[in-house]
Amino acid sequence: MKHPGKMIPEVFSNLTKPAVTVKYPYEKAKVPENFRGKISFNSKNCIGCKMCMRDCPAKAITIEKVGEEKVFRAKFELDNCIFCAQCVDSCPRKALSSTPEFELAQYEKAKLKVIQE
Amino acid sequence: MNVQWTLLYMFVFPGFLFLIAYSMICEWVDRKLFARFQNRIGPPWFQPEADFIKLLSKEEIIPDAADKVMFRLLPIFAIAAVLTAFLYLPIWNTNAIYSFKGDLIVVFYLLTIPTLTFFLAGWNSTSLFSALGSVRNLTQLFSYEVPLLLSLLGPALLAGTWSISGISAFFLKRPELLVVNIIGFLVALVAVQGKLERVPFDIPDAETEIVAGSFTEFGGRLLGLFRLATDLEMVVVATLLSAVFLGGSFGLHPVLGFIIFVVKTLFIVCILTLFKTVMARVRMEQMMKFCWKYLAPIALIQLLINILVKAYFL
Amino acid sequence: MSQIKIPIGPQHPALHEPESFNLTLEGEIIVEAEAKLGYNHRGIEKACESRNFIQDIYLLERICGICSHSHSTCFVQAVEEIAAVEVPLRAKYIRAIIGELERIHSHLLWVGVAGHEVGFETLFMYAWRDREIVMDILAWISGNRVNYGMNTVGGVRRDISPEILEQILGSLNTLIERTEYYTRIVTDEPTFMGRLRGVGKLSKEQALSLGAVGPIARASGIARDVRQDDPYGAFSEIEFRISTDDHEDVLGRTVVRVHELMESYRLLRTLIENLPEGPIAVKVPRKIPVGETLSRLEAPRGEDILYLKTNGTEMPERVKVRAPTLANLASIREMLCGAYLADFPIIVAAIDPCFSCTDRMIRVGNGKNDNLMNWQQLREYSIEWHKKQGLDLGQIK
Repeated sequence: MKHPGKMIPEVFSNLTKPAVTVKYPYEKAKVPENFRGKISFNSKNCIGCKMCMRDCPAKAITIEKVGEEKVFRAKFELDNCIFCAQCVDSCPRKALSSTPEFELAQYEKAKLKVIQE
Repeated sequence: MNVQWTLLYMFVFPGFLFLIAYSMICEWVDRKLFARFQNRIGPPWFQPEADFIKLLSKEEIIPDAADKVMFRLLPIFAIAAVLTAFLYLPIWNTNAIYSFKGDLIVVFYLLTIPTLTFFLAGWNSTSLFSALGSVRNLTQLFSYEVPLLLSLLGPALLAGTWSISGISAFFLKRPELLVVNIIGFLVALVAVQGKLERVPFDIPDAETEIVAGSFTEFGGRLLGLFRLATDLEMVVVATLLSAVFLGGSFGLHPVLGFIIFVVKTLFIVCILTLFKTVMARVRMEQMMKFCWKYLAPIALIQLLINILVKAYFL
Repeated sequence: MSQIKIPIGPQHPALHEPESFNLTLEGEIIVEAEAKLGYNHRGIEKACESRNFIQDIYLLERICGICSHSHSTCFVQAVEEIAAVEVPLRAKYIRAIIGELERIHSHLLWVGVAGHEVGFETLFMYAWRDREIVMDILAWISGNRVNYGMNTVGGVRRDISPEILEQILGSLNTLIERTEYYTRIVTDEPTFMGRLRGVGKLSKEQALSLGAVGPIARASGIARDVRQDDPYGAFSEIEFRISTDDHEDVLGRTVVRVHELMESYRLLRTLIENLPEGPIAVKVPRKIPVGETLSRLEAPRGEDILYLKTNGTEMPERVKVRAPTLANLASIREMLCGAYLADFPIIVAAIDPCFSCTDRMIRVGNGKNDNLMNWQQLREYSIEWHKKQGLDLGQIK
């Protein structure tokens, strides 16, 4: 017979199971291995070809020359960045890499402009 | 009974303050159990209080076209009706604070007042969604009220009294007769979900259809009071069912009797939560059909059984 | 009985995106329904024209949060066709795997949403809990839960390691078990069934004439699936069954989706077992030759169409996307007329709407001032209009 309440055994079995939700800020979620988080820049490898700037869909990365030498620094606009990690793929010298860092919220917008040297 | 004691009964225990505190606990049990059934963590124990305080601290917005006095008064009416009803219910022994012949009917109609205030509140808010919600409120009232009253008649018939305390006292003497009313109890459990506007009968405030039904225009303090009224209503209904169908507190020692009261009301709240967990919301016309086609005849059968039992075994 | 008009949306709890429906009610029965688009136009198509092909992939991926892979695959397929690039077989298979995983996660999400719309919160919570399994798989493969960023012109960006393939096969068993459980619940729970059966009828003829796509068409008995009609990628090598149903109502749409889930699990197994070895991408020049093409793809919600025109530069000349919701929107009116107001949420949810994906620039003609203006004309018109109001804005540049 079709009576309501077909889920009753299932809901009772859940009473004894631990909850699947987590208390997020106190309990950190696990980040997958190849997570595309905040981009880190290694100036030693950078040759200044600016391929990353050309391919960035959000125009969030700027490579600038520092001084006269062939030394470069990267300026990230984290409020624009969409974390697609295309710059990591585009870089011919592996100067850029993804990190598992994802908690990037700031109270001031200015703090989202990060310069890495 | 002197004046101090009466005031104490009315405002502290088991009246106003106790009832508010207990209704918050019941709301928490409801929400926590609902969450655990769904494999979630659920709110901490103080969440209902926190929600209430937060709502109290918020701005009160009243639509221009609404009648301002009525808009403010209606939540208070709802609470007052529910609190009054509670005074006629026995808590820790078989005697209520106030009791007279026929208080079952009075309590029943006092419990209808909140629904009517919800209707008026929705109608008075002059918004489309509120109007639809309030019409649904009334339509729903007509479908669950009859089966609920019929199912409450059963024990009254058996006990031969219209007083809740009298019914409790009767079952204290003949506890085996509680079994007779099991069908009526189930009918009442289903019908009160219509009264309390809970899934599967939460049609008047179906969120995905008509936003918040009658309460769409309410916010802040007034919404908080309305929510308190619904919480109180749940406790009062649970107490009523426990007194009428489960034999109240069996007239034991007050402390033990009080514990039994808590256990029984929480049991009813848990059953209501279970219903809410495993069902989908039905449509208005499906509910009407269900209540009139199945629930009311079943309640009548229960009445018939009670009449036969009374004729042959009492 | 007197009629009342109620506006549902652009902000309403039943709609998860801005969209306006004007319903005319007689009591609780809908007699006339009218849908209005255009609340969330994002200008993605125009923006594509000023970005290169690599950048466009990520932009088009963000048309939709749920079927993001479908939109980007549709686009890269078009680019590859114009550039005459042969994509490695392994890349095609990986695209298909992600596509099927996306279908599973979209359909499980839909089961939950359907539960929520009819007030069945527990189904909603359970379905979304089990959807997490698919989300986790997608995160293992691509690194992220939504917007996987797997596609690139000429292949895919990431390979799937054998360990992850093992894990996917393991998780599939749990998913199959859960889906079977939901099938039982959906067909056994009378309160839920009562809300689905006979609601939002759309006959086969109506579905054909209104151009319904995806599960809506299949639930009306039309066996229409781009994966079979116009096979793309790995689907030209793989056999599968199109799930159809002849209930023609919301129940039918539910059944079709649940069957598609089961079919997707089976497909995923086949894809993983036959995953060929080899490279995952080929290099494609940044400049794409002149050409135009139309790319079709079966997204979870139905057929996704993308038109692409190139001009020999790094950037496309024109990109036009027809998201599946737009095709299904026409049939909403047919489904709503005569239904109860209470059924509105589930009827709209049954097409699995994605209104933001659908919003494109539209031209609304009201018969009177029905003319198109370019920017200059619009500016002059507004200056004239303000002059009539006694305000000279002509000096402002």
